[in-house]
Amino acid sequence: MTTLTEAEAPPPLAPTAPEQKPPRKRGRFTPYWLLLPGILWLIVFFALPMIYQASTSVQQGSLEQGYKVTWHFATYWDAFSEYWPQFLRSVFYAAGATVLCLLLGYPLAYLIAFRAGRWRNLIMVLVIAPFFTSFLIRTLAWKTILADNGPVVHVLNSLHVLDVTNWLGWTAGDRVLATPLAVVCGLTYNFLPFMILPLYTSLERIDGRLHEAAGDLYARPWTTFRKVTFPLSMPGVVSGTLLTFIPAAGDYVNSELLGSTDTRMIGNVIQTQFLRILDYPTAAALSFILMAAILAMVTIYIRRSGTEDLV
Amino acid sequence: MTTPDNSGDVRLSGISKTYDNGFTAVQPLDLTVPQGSFFALLGASGCGKTTTLRMIAGLEEPTTGTVHLGDQEVTNLPPYKRPVNTVFQSYALFPHLDIFENVAFGLRRRGMKSVKKQVEEMLELVQLGEQARKKPHQLSGGQQQRVAVARALINHPKVLLLDEPLGALDLKLRRQMQLELKRIQTEVGITFVHVTHDQEEAMTMADTVAVMNAGRVEQLGSPTDLYENPNTTFVANFLGTSNLIEAEVDTKNGDDIVLKAGGGKLVLPKARCAAPTTAGGKVLVGIRPEKISLTHADDAGDIPEGRNRLTGRIADASFIGVSTQYVIDSPVCDELAVYVQNVERDGRLVPGADVVLHWSPAHTFGLDAAQDIDAGTEEEAAA
Amino acid sequence: MPFVNWLKRHLVVIAGTLTLAYLLLPNVIVTVFSFNKPKGRFNYEWQQFSLDAWKQPCGVADMCGSLSISLQIAVWATVGATILGTMIAFALVRYRFRARGSVNSLIFLPMAMPEVVMAASLLTLFLNMGAQLGFWTILIAHIMFCLSFVVTAVKARVMSMDPRLEEAARDLYAGPVQTFLRVTLPIAAPGIAAGALLSFALSFDDFIITNFNAGSTVTFPMFVWGSAQRGTPVQINVIGTAMFLVAVLITLFSMLVGNSRNKQRA
Repeated sequence: MTTLTEAEAPPPLAPTAPEQKPPRKRGRFTPYWLLLPGILWLIVFFALPMIYQASTSVQQGSLEQGYKVTWHFATYWDAFSEYWPQFLRSVFYAAGATVLCLLLGYPLAYLIAFRAGRWRNLIMVLVIAPFFTSFLIRTLAWKTILADNGPVVHVLNSLHVLDVTNWLGWTAGDRVLATPLAVVCGLTYNFLPFMILPLYTSLERIDGRLHEAAGDLYARPWTTFRKVTFPLSMPGVVSGTLLTFIPAAGDYVNSELLGSTDTRMIGNVIQTQFLRILDYPTAAALSFILMAAILAMVTIYIRRSGTEDLV
Repeated sequence: MTTPDNSGDVRLSGISKTYDNGFTAVQPLDLTVPQGSFFALLGASGCGKTTTLRMIAGLEEPTTGTVHLGDQEVTNLPPYKRPVNTVFQSYALFPHLDIFENVAFGLRRRGMKSVKKQVEEMLELVQLGEQARKKPHQLSGGQQQRVAVARALINHPKVLLLDEPLGALDLKLRRQMQLELKRIQTEVGITFVHVTHDQEEAMTMADTVAVMNAGRVEQLGSPTDLYENPNTTFVANFLGTSNLIEAEVDTKNGDDIVLKAGGGKLVLPKARCAAPTTAGGKVLVGIRPEKISLTHADDAGDIPEGRNRLTGRIADASFIGVSTQYVIDSPVCDELAVYVQNVERDGRLVPGADVVLHWSPAHTFGLDAAQDIDAGTEEEAAA
Repeated sequence: MPFVNWLKRHLVVIAGTLTLAYLLLPNVIVTVFSFNKPKGRFNYEWQQFSLDAWKQPCGVADMCGSLSISLQIAVWATVGATILGTMIAFALVRYRFRARGSVNSLIFLPMAMPEVVMAASLLTLFLNMGAQLGFWTILIAHIMFCLSFVVTAVKARVMSMDPRLEEAARDLYAGPVQTFLRVTLPIAAPGIAAGALLSFALSFDDFIITNFNAGSTVTFPMFVWGSAQRGTPVQINVIGTAMFLVAVLITLFSMLVGNSRNKQRA
């Protein structure tokens, strides 16, 4: 089973993980030869594009006459002032999905780690296996689940849940599809495994005897969870929320398939600007802002949560 | 000089190791291990013993000096070209290969085609014939240890290097494996170089022991030699326990030196003194706890003439079955240790009793007083 | 109140099971609707049972072609990313060199970057270079984002490896090449396999980066995306179901093999 969890657990987000200093070997240039092809690949196809994108964002011109760098920083201001609602929406949706993922994912990760017994392997398979069906097909299935005359909407309606969500502005009328609720629901669904697996990894490492020790020292189950289990699972919580929030903030698939024009996220805007309107400077500026915003938020988050070496 | 076969000699000349970070693990060192001997490198962790072993194996490049095996210089040969094999600490058995393939590894790498017979014989020798198709993690610690020995020995190395080979075993198993290793060494007759921090292990197994401290060999000799006549405070304290008493040189009398300690006089054979002895100079007088006899102060008159004697008071006594260990405070030195065999116990020897400690001058040894008196003790190791 | 107590004790189990249901519900729908016979162009509402789609899985124009393109790209991306990533991982674990920190950041950043940003910036590069978008640009992009995942998986495995094993091999007459082939590689294999498997899954299922850099080439996820606009054929549910079943079977099989190994151990 270890091979399975290793294979599927999202890799650790650990740029600063403490490492043992490896010994110096005889071949002085060997490491550079080993690094060369892969690092070159990343420089040319990851780092260099970022620079091209930064340069494109300060260019002016048109498709027909070509673009020139004019240091036209006003593009940033124009792009932001026009699309700030989409930015804000992306952050809200992604944050909502992340919180939902944590609330839904934690019990399941806990269940697998401590309560599943001989079912553990089977449940792991069931968490991972959906990965292998194209996520687009699975996202489309939500169109059926949340269909206007389907059972889910019917039940929510008769329980007057929709009245509440309508009042909150999460849904509109008798529909769930094409509303923010549907988009957040889709985002949550798509990134839930990215929350569960790191949570599971860090929960599984907790020595079961710690629970007994806490119980022995007069902690009730809930106190044990708050004072022992949850703090020890912090690395998993941090890397799980990052692995959920980052892709969710840049996503445009869920909004496109399950939402409407009123749920457009920043990913949708970038995609349309790039692939349909072909306004490259604006698209590049938007993409650059998104990148900067996410890097800034992630850095602050990692600093504040105090776990620089994430699992 | 006509030595019939010296191909198993290990000769280290001026060998030293300084790491990139400036730490010197081994100070320039000369050492010769004769063919066919069981040689132990003994010392606390970080003393340079493992680094020395790894330089013989070729796993570490010496900063200066040369390594010879017999007449062949191997200093610049990579490990896979040296006729030397190692039993690693925690064994380093290949986890993806079964026992048979682990043992056959060296033979196969040297291009041998039919290894079956040899491997099976070797597994029989270490009593693991049944386990050939198991993976290392399915064996117990002691069995893994035997596989590690078999995997090295099957190559008929000129020298077998053992890096703390028994460190991971529990006490009882360790004793058993010590005898086993000694038996194998006698049987195959090749040179064994054994690295250990366990002085008892070194003394029971080795013909010659080199005690290392801070990258240097403190003293080299047979176990009895090292124990009976240590040359430094480190050796005196690291091998067993020693009572070290500060004394002043008084007069020289033939083969003996007479020393002043407190009010009394102590006699030390000149041959057993490793310190310069100018009149009025300081010397540390050493005596092992089991060499001392205890007599109650009331019977002091019964002590024969010619023995070294000190007076003191019993501070503590612990009965441990085969002997009783006393701690005695004396005017010349606090906390002297005395071990007395439980043959005829004197009921008066209880804490608080005044006693006379006496021993034969022949058991006394002398050390240079300029050294740290606590070097090599457990207190020092903990500090 | 026995019921409340029971509920309290099993709260985690109930909540966890509900989450599992949430995760699996779409797969159930996909499977059920692969037997549907929809009225219009879209397969969102249940009409009647039919085996038509299962009988003709390639009955839709271009779908199986896109599937084969996706498979080809996934295989080559896996091969490329696994080789390059393994090399980097070994360099990082086994050697000390300058610029270690920058290399680590360069590995980490692609994993912390929203896909749409990487997709858009890569497109600006290709446009600026005047590259022909298609199979090769997709492959380049996929190798790029799979690389980091391989490095992380292999690195973890190689770091946990006892360096004495390689010393033991060298001590037992194995030269550098033999040591690598006979000891290092077999022991690192599970990490490399994990990285490769992850690469395959990521590449095969990638949509966002592919969508930006595909030109007129259509991969399977892009076909599904297009069909969401034009009309969803039942066959995509057939493919989705088949993929799910194959994945479950493979994992169950590998579990059985692992279990029997564990039993040998005991």
